[in-house]
Amino acid sequence: MFVDFLYHLRGHGLRVTPTEWLALMEALARGHARASLGVFYHLARAMVVKRESHFDTYDRAFAEFFEGVERQFDLTEELLSWLSDPQLPRDLTEAERQQIPYMDLETLYEQFEKRLAEQKERHDGGRHWVGTGGVSPFGNGGTNPQGMRVGGSGGGRTAVKVAGDRRYRNLRSDIVLDTRQMGSALRRLRRLSSDDQAHELDLEKTIDQSARNGGEIEIVMGPPRRNRLRVLLLMDVGGSMDPHAALCEKLFSAAHASTHFKAFKHYYFHNCPYERLYSDMSQLKGRPTAEVLKEIDERWCVILVGDAYMHPYELTQRGGIINYGARNEETGLQWLQRLRQRCPASVWLNPESERVWGAPTIKTVRTVFPMFPLTLDGLTEAVDTLRGAKPNIATKEQPVDPMAAFRSL
Amino acid sequence: MRFSGTSTYITSPELRDIVNVAIDLQKPLLMKGEPGTGKTRLAEAIAEDLELELLVWNIKSTTKARDGLYLYDTVARLNDARFGDGDVRNIRAYIKHGPLGRAFASDKRMIVLIDEIDKADLEFPNDLLHELDRMSFLVDETGETITARERPIVIITSNNEKELPDAFLRRCVFHFIDFPTPDFMRDIVHVHHPDVEKALLDEVLTRFFWIRDLPELRKRPSTSELVDWLAALRRAGISAERITAELPFLGVLLKRETDVELVKRAASRPRRPGF
Repeated sequence: MFVDFLYHLRGHGLRVTPTEWLALMEALARGHARASLGVFYHLARAMVVKRESHFDTYDRAFAEFFEGVERQFDLTEELLSWLSDPQLPRDLTEAERQQIPYMDLETLYEQFEKRLAEQKERHDGGRHWVGTGGVSPFGNGGTNPQGMRVGGSGGGRTAVKVAGDRRYRNLRSDIVLDTRQMGSALRRLRRLSSDDQAHELDLEKTIDQSARNGGEIEIVMGPPRRNRLRVLLLMDVGGSMDPHAALCEKLFSAAHASTHFKAFKHYYFHNCPYERLYSDMSQLKGRPTAEVLKEIDERWCVILVGDAYMHPYELTQRGGIINYGARNEETGLQWLQRLRQRCPASVWLNPESERVWGAPTIKTVRTVFPMFPLTLDGLTEAVDTLRGAKPNIATKEQPVDPMAAFRSL
Repeated sequence: MRFSGTSTYITSPELRDIVNVAIDLQKPLLMKGEPGTGKTRLAEAIAEDLELELLVWNIKSTTKARDGLYLYDTVARLNDARFGDGDVRNIRAYIKHGPLGRAFASDKRMIVLIDEIDKADLEFPNDLLHELDRMSFLVDETGETITARERPIVIITSNNEKELPDAFLRRCVFHFIDFPTPDFMRDIVHVHHPDVEKALLDEVLTRFFWIRDLPELRKRPSTSELVDWLAALRRAGISAERITAELPFLGVLLKRETDVELVKRAASRPRRPGF
């Protein structure tokens, strides 16, 4: 059964390694599970699941696997109300302990169902009926070591029930995002200087050289290990992005708080960047995009955040800009391509669910930028892409005509 | 050797079990959890309960794996060589053990706390794999291998600022400290405020968990802030009713101006949430 559980976990996508599994087996052999499923639940989790973002997957796998091992009974309201008010257990003498009814799990369940059918009234402190504080194997607050807990609060919730609660759902890496998590994903975004000039004292080498030199000091300089990564963050605001505002704000504060970038700039746009980028969310103060582009080069990473969901005109037509009173001489798509050419290390993060990524304009944007969902996993993938991006490799695919896709609908 | 908690540090039964598993299997225990859930205090509690010496290794962004093992004081040796002090030929005199190195070299079993491992460089945990596996290390300068006679208990904390490498995680026993439930929180608060009135504590806890549940909050208050808040309220002699009405001393609980305003706004909404 235990090997089955290993494959069950792996089947749910938890990469449990043989070493970890053997460590769990060793812990079991040394009696750490204390023959309790509840203890086993925490023990197995500690030994084989090493990220809290996987806890929810583990919970589901666990509940599925052990469902039926812990049975559910229909309990009457009345019975539960007797049990919810437990009488304190008695102090037992050793002789009394010997007389506590003992039975194995199967018998226990059978007996429980039978007794449940027979019981008519409240029992506390007895040795037979379902009640509280007694030595009967059924009920709560009692002293039967093999007993079965029925109702009551505190301490011993059943493991499957605990797992079934899915308390760690909020820690899943494919949905959640809080500022800290984003910050930690962004922290991996770095490019250590290799071609910087040697202008930092390398103390160890200096001492080593000096020692070899018979004690005459010889200074050795080395390149500093500093991140030389520069980041430009462009965010879509307003309109269809409003539902995602809170999420985008978190990303923004995470990026802004990331002190390890050599430079960080951010601008806003609406639906698609055109001639102007805005430094405020209400899009009043702006700067020509060309000017912004001039200030950046291939050493910059560009992260665009937006749903890429708009009218195809906004992407492909001159004058397709949605802002009233503005007119773009060049299409949005051209601006996107220009941006991409300027900074090959660029990605698009989309807060919309991947289900809708088939929409024409999203498809078109994806031919220009690699697109990732705005989730922790997506962000991590995006960071990997940015880290691996080599300058001057533009996307090879030709942009599709979104209007054609639109017409064919 | 069994850890069973101390009177001043309350642990959940799961955590006690996990600590004992890690000690028994001689694997490092990796602790994560929200700030203020007592990850660092755990190591102190284990040391206190098991009466072992605790060596703390605080990790900074510049910490290298070797710093925990030993430090070769080249500058001192160079100085001695120039000015003729000390026995320069004896390299050993210039080797100083770090926390992990001391624990390995000691005759007694020790506890090593590697605090906030996520602050270090990404490669840091990988650089420690061999040493944590074998519990031994080589001093390059002298060619000496130091092997632990009594394998230390290693506790590692992480605040999740960086992802830890898989190879490292595989070797650890992992526990994530859940944020305390209201009942558990009551026990924890009682350790710090043994004689607090029930009505006051009820009110404080209700409001505390209500604030923590506000979705837009930037930084959620933790246990230590709750303890401080309660201390401030008690010192000022504020009654349970006034807490509901005024939410005094919010600054103790919330460290961001925007959060304070957010809570005040939420509290003034006509339908009282949290009840």
